[in-house]
Formats: sequence, C-alpha cells, structure tokens
Amino acid sequence: MSTFLPPLAGGLLIGLSAAMLLLLNGRIAGISGLVAGLGRPGGARWLADAAFLLGLILGPPAFALLAGHWPAMRIAAGLPVLALAGLLVGFGTRLGSGCTSGHGVCGLARLSPRSIAAVLVFLATGMLTVAAVRVLA
Amino acid sequence: MSAALRILAALAAGLTFGLGLALSGMLDPARVRGFLDVAGAWDPSLVFVLGGAVTVSGLGYLLSRRLPAPVLDARFDLPTRHRIDAPLILGAALFGIGWGLSGFCPGPAVAALSTGAVPVLVFVVAMLIGMALHGLRPAAPTGHPRGVSPPA
Repeated sequence: MSTFLPPLAGGLLIGLSAAMLLLLNGRIAGISGLVAGLGRPGGARWLADAAFLLGLILGPPAFALLAGHWPAMRIAAGLPVLALAGLLVGFGTRLGSGCTSGHGVCGLARLSPRSIAAVLVFLATGMLTVAAVRVLA
Repeated sequence: MSAALRILAALAAGLTFGLGLALSGMLDPARVRGFLDVAGAWDPSLVFVLGGAVTVSGLGYLLSRRLPAPVLDARFDLPTRHRIDAPLILGAALFGIGWGLSGFCPGPAVAALSTGAVPVLVFVVAMLIGMALHGLRPAAPTGHPRGVSPPA
C-alpha cells in the first residue's frame, strides 16, 4: 500500500471530525482545551466535551476491530523523558491556548493569524528538539 | 433533547477523530519524530495528515459562516483573540519541545490511553499536571511568568 494514502485518509477523517463538531455543536475540536476543561465540571458543555474525549479514546480499539490489528505505536523515549515532555506539552498548550488540533487542524482552516504563528513556532521547536536529541544521543 | 443530541454528536466526532488518528499513523511517536526530523531521515508522509485535515476542516468552517447557528446549539463558540502575544509564542515553543522529545501531542496521547501502555499513561498524567501548573499561575495582567514581559 502506498505510504501516503493512510495518512491522507486519516487526515480527512480528522478534518471531518472538526467539521462535525463545529457545524453540529459550534465547538472547536482542540484536544488540549477540551482536556483542560474536564477539570472544570458543571458547565453546560462539560458532558459533550467529555463525550468527545471518550469517543477519541475509543478510536484506536475501533480501528483495531475494523483493521484486525492495533495501530503501530513505537515509543523510544524513556519514562523520565516522557514525564518531562508531558509537563511541557500540558503547560505549553495551556499557555499557548492550543495544540496540533486546535491551532493546526482548526486554526489553520480559519486562517487565524494566532494559530498560524503557533503552528510555525511549535513545528520549529519540535524539529530543533528532534535534531538536538539526534546529535546528543 | 438537543443536549442529548449534542452529546451524541460529540461522541461521534470524537470517535471519528480517534479513528483518523489511528489510521493516519499519528499514534506512532517514532513516525511523528521522523516527520519532525527534517535534518535527518525525514518522513514527509504526515504532511498528508495535516493537509487532509485542514482541507476538510476548512470546508466545514466555510459552511459554518453561512449558518446563523450550529445545528444543535444556539451559537458558534469560536476564539475571539487576534493578537499574537508572548504567552502564545512561549507556550507553542514549550509545547513543540515536549512534542519533539516524546513524539506525542495531546490528541494522540489521549487516544492511545486505550492501548493501556504505561508510557502513554505516564505522559498523559504529566500533561495533566502541566495543565494544572498553568492553572496555578497568578492571573494576568498582574502576574506574568518570570522573564516574560506583558504584552505591549
């Protein structure tokens, strides 16, 4: 199978999800924002946001049922590095108001200047980090 | 009634997102880091994930501009800020470092919880702690993080 078809098809599904959430519920599919909102229960949208995240978690098992195998997941980083990375991702996405989904999939689609800036910055620091890790390792 | 429909719609959208992530290869941190490894053995295939996602998401956004309200709710809930400020840039920079170190961003990490893998759980718990730490900061504009000047 061609190496770009599954990424393209997966991307189309991700875009469809963002379009569904916007057109049906009026919400931006920003995962970091939805996760952070879980800590503030009681709002009118809390249940729907929690349902989105539940569906997200059910995605890989649904894929495994349909495809007959789990999606590949190769994790090279050790647990201390993963913990540090998680802290940076959690703090950074709140400070920067979004991640790959909110700024990338949704913000770029709206041509939001803030999101375009954020995507350029996190792509740049992500690429620099991978290059630095390769040089140091 | 429409509250229940909104919950169902969100569940369906979340499932679609998770299926898309699983199909796309974004759940594989080694592949994501290969995509970020532009100076090494660059794997450009994940460009198609973002390209496909932004295209369909953009069509949805264009359609939403023609609607007075979303189908199941009273109004669209869209970001209203426009200024590119220091917290946006610093936050995106920190997020990118964490993304590059691990190969995980929030969506794939949350979706991958269903695999039961311990490293994923460690990452997600640390991510929640990072989010909580952000919530503990003194509120702007009186307290910006040290070393960051308030937006002009």
